[in-house]
Amino acid sequence: MDELVDKITVRNLHKSFGRKKVLNGVDLTVKKGESLVVIGGSGTGKSVLIKCIQGLITPDRGSIKIDGYETVGKSYKDNEKLYATMGMLFQGGALFDSLSVWENVAFGLIENQKMPRKLAKEKAIEVLRQVGLGADVADLSPSELSGGMQKRVGLARAIATRPEIIFFDEPTTGLDPIMADVINDLIIDSVKKLGASALTITHDMASAKKIADRIAMLYQGKIIWQGTVSELKTTNNPCVCQFVNGQATGPIKVEI
Amino acid sequence: MQSHKYLENFLRTLGKPLVIFIYRLGELSEFIAKALYHSITPPFYPKLLLKQIINIGFYSLPVVALTTIFAGMVIALQTNAGFSSYGAESAIAQVVLISVTRELAPAFAGLMVAGRIGAAMAAEIGTMRVTEQIDALSTLSTNPFKYLVAPRLWAGVIVLPLLVLIGDIIGIFGGYLVAVYQLNFNPANYIKTTVNELQAIDVYTGIIKAAVFGFVIALMGCYNGYKSKGGAQGVGEATTNAVVASSIIILIFNYIITDLIFTN
Ligand SMILES: Nc1ncnc2c1ncn2[C@@H]1O[C@H](COP(=O)(O)OP(=O)(O)OP(=O)(O)O)[C@@H](O)[C@H]1O
Ligand SMILES: [Mg+2]
Repeated sequence: MDELVDKITVRNLHKSFGRKKVLNGVDLTVKKGESLVVIGGSGTGKSVLIKCIQGLITPDRGSIKIDGYETVGKSYKDNEKLYATMGMLFQGGALFDSLSVWENVAFGLIENQKMPRKLAKEKAIEVLRQVGLGADVADLSPSELSGGMQKRVGLARAIATRPEIIFFDEPTTGLDPIMADVINDLIIDSVKKLGASALTITHDMASAKKIADRIAMLYQGKIIWQGTVSELKTTNNPCVCQFVNGQATGPIKVEI
Repeated sequence: MQSHKYLENFLRTLGKPLVIFIYRLGELSEFIAKALYHSITPPFYPKLLLKQIINIGFYSLPVVALTTIFAGMVIALQTNAGFSSYGAESAIAQVVLISVTRELAPAFAGLMVAGRIGAAMAAEIGTMRVTEQIDALSTLSTNPFKYLVAPRLWAGVIVLPLLVLIGDIIGIFGGYLVAVYQLNFNPANYIKTTVNELQAIDVYTGIIKAAVFGFVIALMGCYNGYKSKGGAQGVGEATTNAVVASSIIILIFNYIITDLIFTN
């Protein structure tokens, strides 16, 4: 039964920046405990979409419901409790470079859940271990880590507060294939362990197929196709085929 | 019909910068309102405030000391040159006292801190903006205004007056050095005149100015950093804008505050 409950419901979402329409009527649902992957070309507004859901960007119109509760048109403060149940792995990591690795991971625990620093540090090291990092990196600064390690720390920070919804913005971009697969496994693992709902953005089709329960494609401001991984393999939607197979020619025109 | 078109073009070229200017003004007002609100409502971050106080205060001491001591020294020289040797002795102490406490210490401390700290704040917060660290704060249920802006504003308002007090003492000492060791005036007389002429209003004026300048510097640093966009270049622009804007505002406010207090 649980699987049928809607966790996030996005309806007819619009967002423009100046004259540029980015989201033009997005409809999307993430069910409880489900892992949804959104694919789509660069600059189609995937990051904008998840920032709208998290209240970081205010949409022009439309509806976003979290657990059935409407968030659009309310103040950030009104929605704060809902946003506190979310975690986010940012596209560029967005680690706080004035803080050490463990302070990054423990940030939500210390500032939000008011956990004592000593306990929070132990917790942080535990979560770091979950993402395959040893206690020796805990006191380093984020700038001393490689890109792959930074992604893992970002992942650890996103899951440390045990969120109900986790967003992953291009978790495998810029990583070698092996590290990318390690991150995929970590995502699957941590989402399962937390029983969380996940919304992942990616260009990486191998990663999408691996972590998705369902895949949706964003194109020209709308979700033009969605389905399961096996449906993705058999679909004859020309846009999806072109994207999945990575062809320069097709209905999707790239502006050069 | 033709003239109608010219008029439209004319209004358009005039209108665009005006609209942008009004937009920026609105954006700044909103930023100030939010910054003030979040500066006086909990949660507070005393550790971050302390860090900012040390950053602004301690590390600015050398430049403030250096600028104010030379300011005091040069005022002593000029006063001596301006007055005939007859009367210069008592004039020097008095002129140094008034110009350092009312004008020079606050202005120099303000401009020095604007260059050092305003730029650093804009660069740090700007980098946090373009690398999405500010968004990350929000997703971790931490208000960026309370976490980043409030401690910097408070630190600015608290530290600048302290720096100016120290600058006052060092500036007067600079005047003393020149008067006694270069112009060979009597040290006891110099000190006596300084103590006799010292008035609370002179020191207060400097302190009030300093608090306002501290607020302006932190505000401009935070605002420009917060609104920066477009990668490294955007952060560079934010840094320049923060320093230029706060320096200009400091000089204008310096005049206005002097006018308010001493013109009656
Ligand atoms: N704060 C903003 N102000 C103005 N324009 C923005 C802003 N954020 C995003 N945009 C614009 O919206 C469009 C979509 O951006 P977005 O970051 O969502 O793309 P994306 O689908 O995540 O691309 P990528 O896969 O390259 O990360 C871009 O054209 C971008 O320039
Ligand atoms: Mg993106």
